[in-house]
Amino acid sequence: MSEIPAELRYAASHEWAKVEGGVATVGISDHAQDAMGDLVYVELPEVGQVVAAGDETGVVESVKAASDIYSPVSGEIVEINEALEDEPELVNNVPYEGGWLFKVQLTDEGELDNLLTADQYQAQIDSE
Amino acid sequence: MVDFGGWDMPINYGSQIEEHHAVRQNAGVFDVSHMTVVDIAGAGARDYLRQLLANDVDRIDPGRALYTGMLNDNGGVIDDLIVYKQDNGYRLVVNCATRETDLDWMEKQAGGFAVDIHERPELAMLAIQGPKAREILAELLSGARAEAVSSLKIFAFAQDGDWMIARTGYTGEDGVEIMLPNADAVTLWGQLLAAGVAPIGLGARDTLRLEAGLNLYGNDMDNTITPWEANMGWTVMLNDREFIGRQPLLNQQKNGHGEQVGLILEGKGVLRAHQKVLLANGEEGEITSGTFSPTLGKSIALARLPAGATGKVDVEIRNKRQVAQVVKPPFVRNGEVVYKEL
Repeated sequence: MSEIPAELRYAASHEWAKVEGGVATVGISDHAQDAMGDLVYVELPEVGQVVAAGDETGVVESVKAASDIYSPVSGEIVEINEALEDEPELVNNVPYEGGWLFKVQLTDEGELDNLLTADQYQAQIDSE
Repeated sequence: MVDFGGWDMPINYGSQIEEHHAVRQNAGVFDVSHMTVVDIAGAGARDYLRQLLANDVDRIDPGRALYTGMLNDNGGVIDDLIVYKQDNGYRLVVNCATRETDLDWMEKQAGGFAVDIHERPELAMLAIQGPKAREILAELLSGARAEAVSSLKIFAFAQDGDWMIARTGYTGEDGVEIMLPNADAVTLWGQLLAAGVAPIGLGARDTLRLEAGLNLYGNDMDNTITPWEANMGWTVMLNDREFIGRQPLLNQQKNGHGEQVGLILEGKGVLRAHQKVLLANGEEGEITSGTFSPTLGKSIALARLPAGATGKVDVEIRNKRQVAQVVKPPFVRNGEVVYKEL
């Protein structure tokens, strides 16, 4: 069973978002990292880049495959997790903590309502 | 689990990278029972195989194995395989994905030869690979089987009852491959795991073979690619005999052809099959297999490039160009980094 913290919101494309003070921290779910296998490379967006919800904002690559990352929310990229350049395995080991990908200054907090709750995300995984 | 030619096979049992390191540093076991085993018997077996295969079975004595391609009339590789020369006949181990094509072709070419082509689906196959593999395995066996595991030379094999033990593999490490009855394979698998041998999935099988510079059928070559173009020239024996595909190979030798080389990505990212390779002189090639090399800590690939490519090339990864070094594979053999820059 993969971990799905109740306090986070999820995109159908397996990203999670945690909002604090108008800034969303974004990562990929435990389920997603497990399905990808050992990650060996993470390509992140540029700080300052303005993104819309659903935009492609990076790539995670495991030994076996590459998978696009989509921003679950709209806004400006204000920080990226530079530790992933040397330690992409953080995404495997601690997907909801040190394995976060980037932070977005939200343009519209109301967008969060478009994302899945933990229960809804669990239901999606169960139906896959 | 993935469907691999009708077989349910695990990509990995745990961490794919840890499985890879287990084989490079200690020992791992692969269930490769999906491989197709075909016995060739009859008075015409030798003549038949000398025509069917690009390598010449006359080059080996009984108890020895030979790697070769089976070519079509254009010199394209229908499959790559290992042929084992027994006292009375031959055994071929061919790929699972090409099983039907192979068997059809072999039947078609058998006309006029006194041969019996007999598939052996009841046999399982385990590959036990790694620097400690033979030592650990020999402890679990006794008699002739233990002796074979300990003393077989590279590409030699021994038979004992229903077992065939061969000192072959697909990892670039020492080890053996064993063909044995299904029930015995289950028992041996359990014994190996209890002895500390790691179970290895298809994922690490691919990174290990790529580091070892070994081709994967369907990626690095297929029926449109000749052995010359797939770094398999050493498996072609051009002597006074006729074999299928010989004339097109001679023609291509005269007229020139692309070459398979290795690539090492200088920056971060991962090389993947079908990415475009751009040479300094404007010519182009293509990656045929790419991955992240756990041993090198960098991405590596096999690529088909115009003849004579050396130095640095660009690879197009998601519309960006990244620099890679052209090298001569293998990348890794027996735990050591061995590639040479071209």
